[in-house]
Amino acid sequence: MMQMGELHGGSRMLSAWELLGQSGSFWLPPPAATSADVVDSVFQLILAVCTVFFVLIVGLMVLFVIMYRRRDGVEASDSPSHNTALEIMWTAVPVAISMVIFYYGFKGYLDLRTPPLNAYEVQVFAQKWSWTFQYPNGVVSEELHVPVDRPVRVVLSSQDVIHSFFVPAFRIKMDAVPGRYNQTWFQARTEGKFDIYCAEYCGSSDKDSQGHSSMLSKVVVHAPGEFENWLEDQANVVKRLPPAQAGEELYKRYGCAACHSTDGSARTGPSFKGIWGETHEFSNSTPTKVDENYLRESILEPMKKIRSGFQGVMPTFQGRFKNDQEIRAIIEFIKSLK
Amino acid sequence: MAAASSVAVPAGHATDNYLTHTRGFLSWALTLDHKRIGMMYLVSIMASFLLGGIFALLIRTELISPGRTMMQASTYNQYFTLHGAVMTFLFIIPGIPAALGNFVLPIMLGAKDVAFPRLNLASFYLWLLGAVFFVVVLHTGGLDTGWTFYTPYSTTTSTQVTLAVTGAFILGFSSIFTGVNFIATIHMLRPPGMTWFRLPLFLWALYATALVQVLATPVLGITLMLLAAERLFGLGIFDPKLGGDPVLFQHFFWFYSHPAVYIMILPGMGVISEIISVFSRKHIFGYKFIAMSSVAIALIGFLVWGHHMFTSGQSRLAGMIFSGLTFAVAIPSAIKVFNWISTMYKGSIYLTTPMWYALEFLFLFGIGGLTGLFLGSLATDVHLHDTYFIVAHFHYVMVGGTTFAFLAGLYYWWPKMTGCMYSQNWASLASVLTFIGFNLAFFPQFLLGSRGMPRRYYDYTGLLGEHPEFTHLHRVSTLGSYFLAIGLFMGLFCLIYSLFRGKPAPGNPWGGATLEWQCSSPPPHDNFSSPPVVGDPYAMKNIKYDPKAGSYVKVEDA
Repeated sequence: MMQMGELHGGSRMLSAWELLGQSGSFWLPPPAATSADVVDSVFQLILAVCTVFFVLIVGLMVLFVIMYRRRDGVEASDSPSHNTALEIMWTAVPVAISMVIFYYGFKGYLDLRTPPLNAYEVQVFAQKWSWTFQYPNGVVSEELHVPVDRPVRVVLSSQDVIHSFFVPAFRIKMDAVPGRYNQTWFQARTEGKFDIYCAEYCGSSDKDSQGHSSMLSKVVVHAPGEFENWLEDQANVVKRLPPAQAGEELYKRYGCAACHSTDGSARTGPSFKGIWGETHEFSNSTPTKVDENYLRESILEPMKKIRSGFQGVMPTFQGRFKNDQEIRAIIEFIKSLK
Repeated sequence: MAAASSVAVPAGHATDNYLTHTRGFLSWALTLDHKRIGMMYLVSIMASFLLGGIFALLIRTELISPGRTMMQASTYNQYFTLHGAVMTFLFIIPGIPAALGNFVLPIMLGAKDVAFPRLNLASFYLWLLGAVFFVVVLHTGGLDTGWTFYTPYSTTTSTQVTLAVTGAFILGFSSIFTGVNFIATIHMLRPPGMTWFRLPLFLWALYATALVQVLATPVLGITLMLLAAERLFGLGIFDPKLGGDPVLFQHFFWFYSHPAVYIMILPGMGVISEIISVFSRKHIFGYKFIAMSSVAIALIGFLVWGHHMFTSGQSRLAGMIFSGLTFAVAIPSAIKVFNWISTMYKGSIYLTTPMWYALEFLFLFGIGGLTGLFLGSLATDVHLHDTYFIVAHFHYVMVGGTTFAFLAGLYYWWPKMTGCMYSQNWASLASVLTFIGFNLAFFPQFLLGSRGMPRRYYDYTGLLGEHPEFTHLHRVSTLGSYFLAIGLFMGLFCLIYSLFRGKPAPGNPWGGATLEWQCSSPPPHDNFSSPPVVGDPYAMKNIKYDPKAGSYVKVEDA
């Protein structure tokens, strides 16, 4: 439970509101992409309309309650019980205003949904409960790296249930639906790191405290020229590092860490620690020794042998690797976990 | 009214009434009297409201600080699912029509009962059976899909989805039975003189609601059966692994569940139309516009379901059409609000408890309705979809709107239902406390959402780096929810206290001109011994307070 003392910290409360003022407008976080400018302008338009109408409705209501409050001996005045001209007026005015809002909302939406033809393309794989990003040269990462001031098209797919790719600072959101590809795009205009959230409820696991609310990542927006360097660097993981270290890198990059620990604790899947050379029992197969062939099969066809005490929920990684050395590197990494 | 105290037993108070007509458990369990069925619904629905409210408080308490506060993530997922499912299927949908509507509709119409009393009782028992399913789900592994049952999560989770959707299927039939009954009653049982344009606006609202109940609910029933069949037999309808389409489920689900939003709010709007007119002592302004706007909402409401799916990958053309139609359905609601405000103009406004709730409704529904513009507009919805902004918006509509209207109606008809007057001062104070608590609980959620907080998050620790303000906003929201609960309990206590210590209610304590105020409080077993004289339901000028009788009475020559 929280400490009750915190509730009385008036200064803490104040600092929160100061923070709110510093980071973006009152209602919206700081915009960091061109899409945010589109959305924010429509947001401000609607906010203005809402404020006017709310003040009008509640203002009149309060005014009438005060002006026409019940007084002894005073009866309600005779006033007409309908007025066609007035009623048509207050039908027509909201129709006109809502058409204006609709128009700007739709116009902005077309921008959000129409990636430029020259956009850089990144594949996004969603699974319970991690994001993986793959670049045109095959590099895979846990965080989304992009260059500043360049349109980026993201193609979304899901390995299991529906997830949703949400970057509040860019004001973009698109569902990752299993069995189909959805796309969205953005052009970041501020360098830095921005949050990615999953916005479609996708469950959780108590075993390793993973779930919908921990399915988070970052967009890393690089300065001009830096993105290419980063990508070059990443492409060579197998060449640039010894196999076991490269395997560790790949273990993080492909999202294995979401389900497989390296410290012996069971998550959604069994831990990798100390399994090399052990003989394991399976709910759908005969006992097998953990060797190169078993590990390779478990990565590429995880449902063939489902470890006793676990549910078979792992998606296949067939076709996800850049080359065979990557699988080899992961096997070496597991081997190294004594 | 205060003046009632000068008379020991005011005019129109009846000791021989539907409550005392017969006695014993079976006289209630097997009753065909719409008033008793309405009361049984009322008690059951309030119990569901309590259950759903307990889940709400548990959710809010978990979120009072980041990280784990008192439960595991899987427990949290179950609680928000059950909060939504119980509140939607057991409380909000049947709330006004089945509880208040059942009691009031036939009397307001001038009829002795609904058209099909046995169907009415069957509807209540189906509701009970559906509720039993939910209780069984609660005790046998729970449900963690969210009340929306989205596939393929719902076809793969190990919780009790099949039992829960069977329960919702049964509740759907309960709702259809009520709808059929109300349509038949309003068509067939109107007494001489009760023309369509003399129908009180509450009945127009119930009629429009019944149309939606009858036409939309079967779609939900079939969808949920398909979902159950997919889980039980591996049919490939929604699960892409079996060749199905998960987005198809969303289309089917919202084809019912969006019109269902109007099942929830239309009767509430009807209640507000009655109350504003009576307590402003004024004829309702723009009767025909209000009546027709209910029907318009019911019809256009069928065509907007795709606005729940602007980020699902549906085509831009579909997005455009659904957004346009969504703005169209907003217009009739705006018309109603302007008419209510105009009704108060030059009135003589009595701040009774029902009127307090009605005014609070205008404030809250104003916010709920206007924030819908952000969500109907395509560009802004992309950012706000599935964030706390949505949660705040629909709570302002469903709680600030429907629930406040339900409470307004409950306090309005309570003297008629029970023959007891409650304390105006205490009950009004409770309503103001409920109102303040509600705003504290839900207004911060708009800010949470527009700043990026996704809904259905068990923990927001990982979000604090970019958004340190989330902790404080969640904390205010949680504290608000406690005030909201205290206000509601205080209101409930006022009603229960009135049953034992309340003054006897006169036949017409508020000065209403609709027919239910012409029969005694509580009404006799068969409502009217002879068909009542039907006049203009909003002719407030002809209803004057008579201190000698301790009640409002009709003045013929006014």
